[in-house]
Amino acid sequence: MTAAAPVHTFVPPIAHPGGPAPAYRLHLERAKIDSSTRGPVIFFLTSAVLWLLASTFLTCIASIQLHAPEFLADIPWLTYGRVVPASNNALLFGWASQAGIGVGLWLLSRLCRVEVKYGGVLMIAGLFWNIGLTFGALEILGGKSSGVEWMELPGGAAGIMFLGYAMVALWAAVLFGFRRQGPAYISVWYLLASFLWLPWIFGIGYLTNRSAGLQGVMHNVVAAWASQSFLSIWITGVGLAAAYYLIPKVINKPVHSYNLASVGFWSWLVFAALTGAIRLSGGPVPAWLVTFSIAAQILLLVQIVTVTANLVLTMRGQYHMVYHSPTIRFTFFGAISFSVASVLSLLGSLRSVDKVLHFTEATTAMQQCVVYAFFSMVMFGAIYYIMPRLVGCEWLSSSMISLHFWGAAYGGGMVIVLLFLGGLAYGMSLGDPEALFSQIVQIGYYIHVGRTLGLVLVVIGHLIFTLHFLLMLLRIGQPGGEPTLFAPLDEEAH
Amino acid sequence: MDRSLPLFAGVIGSFALSAFTLVIVPKAQIGALQPQTTLDEGKITDIYPIENAGMIKGREVYAANGCIYCHSQQVRDVQNGTDIERGWGERRTVARDYLFEQPPFLGSVRLGPDLANVGSPKWRNEPEGETLKPKKRDRAWHLLHLYAPRTVITESNMPPYRYLFEERKISGQRSADALDVLPRGGAGYEVVPKNEAKALVAYLLSLDRSHPLQEVK
Repeated sequence: MTAAAPVHTFVPPIAHPGGPAPAYRLHLERAKIDSSTRGPVIFFLTSAVLWLLASTFLTCIASIQLHAPEFLADIPWLTYGRVVPASNNALLFGWASQAGIGVGLWLLSRLCRVEVKYGGVLMIAGLFWNIGLTFGALEILGGKSSGVEWMELPGGAAGIMFLGYAMVALWAAVLFGFRRQGPAYISVWYLLASFLWLPWIFGIGYLTNRSAGLQGVMHNVVAAWASQSFLSIWITGVGLAAAYYLIPKVINKPVHSYNLASVGFWSWLVFAALTGAIRLSGGPVPAWLVTFSIAAQILLLVQIVTVTANLVLTMRGQYHMVYHSPTIRFTFFGAISFSVASVLSLLGSLRSVDKVLHFTEATTAMQQCVVYAFFSMVMFGAIYYIMPRLVGCEWLSSSMISLHFWGAAYGGGMVIVLLFLGGLAYGMSLGDPEALFSQIVQIGYYIHVGRTLGLVLVVIGHLIFTLHFLLMLLRIGQPGGEPTLFAPLDEEAH
Repeated sequence: MDRSLPLFAGVIGSFALSAFTLVIVPKAQIGALQPQTTLDEGKITDIYPIENAGMIKGREVYAANGCIYCHSQQVRDVQNGTDIERGWGERRTVARDYLFEQPPFLGSVRLGPDLANVGSPKWRNEPEGETLKPKKRDRAWHLLHLYAPRTVITESNMPPYRYLFEERKISGQRSADALDVLPRGGAGYEVVPKNEAKALVAYLLSLDRSHPLQEVK
């Protein structure tokens, strides 16, 4: 076996029609598939990791400015109102989307057992995406933001990104079309839905918001729908696809129940797609629209329960893997965060709760719970799993992975909990009309100081992760063969 | 069993259903509103809202500097919050209020007060009778507040927007726009607003959505 060939010691969880293929043929096939995805997947993942770092630093600047308004105040392009959208776009389109594309493409080619043809096109697609986003982020910092939240990127930049993504979506559909695996695995369902939804929400959202034909608050209706779909379909779909693949794969046990998975998927596809108006609650839009989305959010409970049950039951008896496998530690943390984030979103959507939390940073906390605590943690887990198979060596240091985890989990967790509880206190004070606004603002001061401290931990985690990732690209790691574990896996001991 | 057909149909169907209910139906309902007109003996005596082309520059400054990340521009009714009791507006805002805005700056976080009616003389951000309330929030007040928020509101956490102003040597007469602050250069200098600051304050002072509407009881 060559150094580049990925090594697999796990039995695939998917039943093969016609009996299992001989082990050596599977190895060979996977090696071929991995070598066909190597270029594009590494390209997307590397860009994602660098954008994550940029976004983390920008978020830190914004957080400091909230408790020290004079910080960098004389630099126009680093004023709070420009740093926030720049960091958010870097996080959503730079990190989350590109990690999602990279991991998604790798999963699709593995699960469909198809080699990627003309991978160069995907590299060009990635180049388009990054060039568009870089211009867009610089334009936001330069004061060219569109003024629509979650759609701040100027039209030209978004257009270039859209062209890039269109190629990715086409390639994903082709991979699925040529699949050799008979019945598609759960992850493939989620990936297909996510990859096909994204261009439409992205395209329709941006096109209509830039056209003169859209009147007044319809801008906000479309933006709310597109941004909510971005979170609940694109981000969530890819995150769950990766979790459904990684957990059974690493613990070497099939998914607990296909029926549960099926119920979860279909309820998600129908109900998550209808939750788009929740963030307009209480706003100047027809009341039925918000009520309709709240109803969909409540019905989404079916998915929350089935997915949680399925992943937890799959993990049952294998919880010790959290101590051994970096992939499992990150992915299972993400899976649990998915359930927490979903329950919070459900409770937060109820009118009596929304009334208190609506204009507070508790909403930011709930979004970060989805984007960071769930999705990003699963993506970290996936990257720790995928990179050794593409690069041909194992991660250099388990302590670095461990530090990354604790920085991300403690720091990120601290930020989310502080913003949520702080938002709750803030919202309750706003609910008292006798409370002086300038006094309420003081509640924010302590929340933001704490948030900055939490972000320092996140920065440390991300710096270590980036360094580790770059070392991996240079093939500075442990020789291929045995995965880097936190603690040696001794089968006899358990 | 090959699930690919139901899968594709499901994905496309869910998208169609979502776009139909959350975009197309609302567009049919509120996507082509007209201003409210009051007729008196066949003559139009009152139109609201009116398109205000002069405010486009100020809106651009508002968008460029991300005011929306701390300030909303929407008043909720009494069942949904204390906006009206706080003095941010006399009635809730509805779709018709934003008819000519491309796009409306509804905002989603209130690290600062709501600005839907900040140009109205009745707007307040302090409980009724509170002595801290500024006598008036006029052009000079807004300019000073933008330049150095903490000189007018001690606890403010708004960043200063000094880059929207310039400090220059007084040549002859002191400028009428000059702020009532001590310039860093000392005496002999003055702080005057750039065009962006002037446009932004003009826009802020134009914000008044208190005109009665038939759909708001």
